[in-house]
Amino acid sequence: MNYDVVVIGGGAVGCAIARELSRYQCRTALLEKEEDVCSGTSKANSAIVHAGYDAETGSKKAAFNVKGSAMMGALSKELDFAFRQNGSMVLCFSEDELPALYALHKRGNANGVLGLKLLSAEEARKLEPNLAEGVKAALYAPTGGIVCPFGMTIALAENACRNGVEFFLNTEVTYIEKEKAGYVLTTSRGRWKAAYVVNAAGVYADTLHNMVSERKLHIIPKRGEYCLFDKEAKGHVRATVFQLPGAYGKGVLVTPTVHGNLLIGPTAVEQESREQTATTAAGLNEVCKKAGRSVRQLPFGQVITSFAGLRAHEEGGDFIIGEAEDAPGFFDAAGIESPGLSCAPAIGCYLADLVARKGNFEKKRDFEAERKGIVHAAALPAEERKKLIAKRPDYGAIVCRCEEISEGEIVDAIRRPIGARSLDGIKRRVRQGMGRCQGGFCTPRAMEILARETGVSMEELCKNRGGSNLIWG
Amino acid sequence: MICHDIVIIGGGPAGLAAAVAAKQSGVDDILLLERDAVLGGILNQCIHNGFGLHTFKEELTGPEYASRYIRMVQKLGIPFCTGSMVLSINKDKEVTVVSRREGLQVIRAKALILAMGCRERPRGALNLPGSRPAGIYTAGTAQRLMNIEGYLVGREAVILGSGDIGLIMARRMVLEGAKVKAVAELMPYSGGLKRNIVQCLDDYGIPLKLGHTVVDIEGRGRVEGVTLAAVGPDKKPIPGTEEHYGCDTLLLSCGLIPENELSKGMGLPINPATSGPMVNDRLETEAAGVFACGNVLHVHDLVDYVSEEAALAGEQAARYIQNAERPRKPSGRGPVTLRAKDGVRYTVPQSLDPGAMAERVTVRFRVADVYRGRSVCTYYDGELISRQKKRVMAPGEMEQVVLTRDSLLQRPGVKEITIRTEVET
Repeated sequence: MNYDVVVIGGGAVGCAIARELSRYQCRTALLEKEEDVCSGTSKANSAIVHAGYDAETGSKKAAFNVKGSAMMGALSKELDFAFRQNGSMVLCFSEDELPALYALHKRGNANGVLGLKLLSAEEARKLEPNLAEGVKAALYAPTGGIVCPFGMTIALAENACRNGVEFFLNTEVTYIEKEKAGYVLTTSRGRWKAAYVVNAAGVYADTLHNMVSERKLHIIPKRGEYCLFDKEAKGHVRATVFQLPGAYGKGVLVTPTVHGNLLIGPTAVEQESREQTATTAAGLNEVCKKAGRSVRQLPFGQVITSFAGLRAHEEGGDFIIGEAEDAPGFFDAAGIESPGLSCAPAIGCYLADLVARKGNFEKKRDFEAERKGIVHAAALPAEERKKLIAKRPDYGAIVCRCEEISEGEIVDAIRRPIGARSLDGIKRRVRQGMGRCQGGFCTPRAMEILARETGVSMEELCKNRGGSNLIWG
Repeated sequence: MICHDIVIIGGGPAGLAAAVAAKQSGVDDILLLERDAVLGGILNQCIHNGFGLHTFKEELTGPEYASRYIRMVQKLGIPFCTGSMVLSINKDKEVTVVSRREGLQVIRAKALILAMGCRERPRGALNLPGSRPAGIYTAGTAQRLMNIEGYLVGREAVILGSGDIGLIMARRMVLEGAKVKAVAELMPYSGGLKRNIVQCLDDYGIPLKLGHTVVDIEGRGRVEGVTLAAVGPDKKPIPGTEEHYGCDTLLLSCGLIPENELSKGMGLPINPATSGPMVNDRLETEAAGVFACGNVLHVHDLVDYVSEEAALAGEQAARYIQNAERPRKPSGRGPVTLRAKDGVRYTVPQSLDPGAMAERVTVRFRVADVYRGRSVCTYYDGELISRQKKRVMAPGEMEQVVLTRDSLLQRPGVKEITIRTEVET
């Protein structure tokens, strides 16, 4: 198969690049090794849009963060995904740490973060009454935000698809060769030829890069564990609460999610494996203990799930973004760890522009920038909801009682472009099974609907990737 | 707005028995709302026997037990709507319900009976570490997949938690040809009925590992194994006691949680020990005319007791409707509070009204630990009223004491009734 551009990786960054490339007249394919987009780092992270004071001034992380964060509001409206600017706060726990807090303030200003403000403990507590006793001062960033990482990644993917990018799932790139006029990619599902390759392969980005370049990259996956609380914990904090990195390590955050849950984490453990995302008793304990330093009376009895994700930390410490020096036409978006989610829209624009210029691609006239998300019937005003059910009665059949998700929404998740083909795919699109019972009641129903809609037998249905079969027959 | 005298939320054993009793007590305008496609609730997937020994004096399966009540509901002509999910209830007893057929509706009730049942504690709430592959199910979900949908969830299982559904599922898996390698229980005693341990584990040679928990789950696609470890008195795993079990399935039977999201939405006070609404001897919550029964009120061991309790809620809801037409004189006496102490975890009800109570009120409770040779003692303020010697009591089984109206009327000053266990001397 011949393409002008092949993007490897269907995470937030790969999908953002694909979406921006879909503005141009070029034939683009996106290859994803899992059964769905948003299946790696993008599905298990803090779901934060960082304000941009963290990264070293002058670094790529800083530049893309400030740009990406500024784009997020308009993009979330254009592509209809959940994003909210809830503000963020960095807490300082001792007088000795104050200089570090001031330095962070200064760095934020230098990075171009708007509206930063130093708060006394009293001022901080006025904003967040549940802050712990030990808080001495805080840095407040009104531009800090929270986003649904699934919603954003899937929105980008769907919009790219709508504008002509072809998605190939379950397609793992195993080898890349440079040819005269481009690259040949060997995959688990055949060979692809591309004039240009964009490497957005997350924790595998170094492996792919190193196949074509002598300037070797080395990614060290860092595992981060999280606990998610029931929506009853909603409002425990309103802003995203960070800890100033210091004597107690990097610290953990306590944040609301866009869906009204409360999230705490992550740990940061370097590991060899690029697949292992198991949680550990020690890790979860650490998260709970550290979170308790920031916020008092966390309702630990209301934890509904815990998870871990990998961050693609590159040895050099910064993002690697751009054309590989010794591999013309091979573009990297590598080492995209935190604040990668915040940066994704800006990385997408930057790399798409680079590739388009290199390939002399012209802009399409009929690019469709807007995308409508799946209707969440429960969020509609009563009258609209009534009308919707009159038209589509399956919106009246509640499958997931905790999140109030109807059969109609599950059907939509499956029928969309790049629709869900696994239970996790449905869950990430419409939140079925994400509530307090964690799918206890609705899993059998969702399985039935998925089997019916896709014509796959119950025995073949998977939780996510191949081999994750749900039943034996 | 549509209006009914009594709206019952939930068409499982509690809702069905409440509906029948309300109708038999003389109220005709009843509506029963059920979220599932059929009436009967969780009983439909409980295809084992052992139901109905108290209610019908015979041993029935879950679907048989349910169908007896469903037939009564049909015979009495009680209207019901299936596939109808109640989304919220406000303080004026207006119920917002959604269904495929009727869309979004608001129904006003003069009296409400809450009978929403309970849900299982999921893996996340247990904070079990490890990976997150397919093949981890709560016992009830696996039971539904096997008994209603007809699929075997796995071939080699480990079960965490010895609640009744877990024990029943251990036997069920074996009968379908799967191997159950072990049942691990965090506590030093089982959370299930003694008869289930004998009939579901012992009879099949399945080891019950008391004082054990899961410390790791492996597998990328499907579960490949779990690691169990013994726990110390602090319930923390003891290093060095880890044992690995290869398996493709992990079932969880680690407790049931009354589903009180609607009750909380109405602002009803919830008893932290039962996770159900606070009720008086009429099973009426703190909101007048709102009654609760079955597993939404407190988790029961036997469905027979659910039916009995629900029938009381149905009768009392009917009386509430009838009294609204012919108001009853207030009893003149304030309510008496019931206190659970010394090994008694909770009582249902939590208060009663001696002036208006029935002749006999059954107080149900569970104990906090396995007790041998203790008595259940009832005190009216400081005065010992009854002392029942018990050979053995366990948290998995409900206990009860019966209070009589006469005994309270004879003691007009009583403010507090205490139910406690005492060591036999």
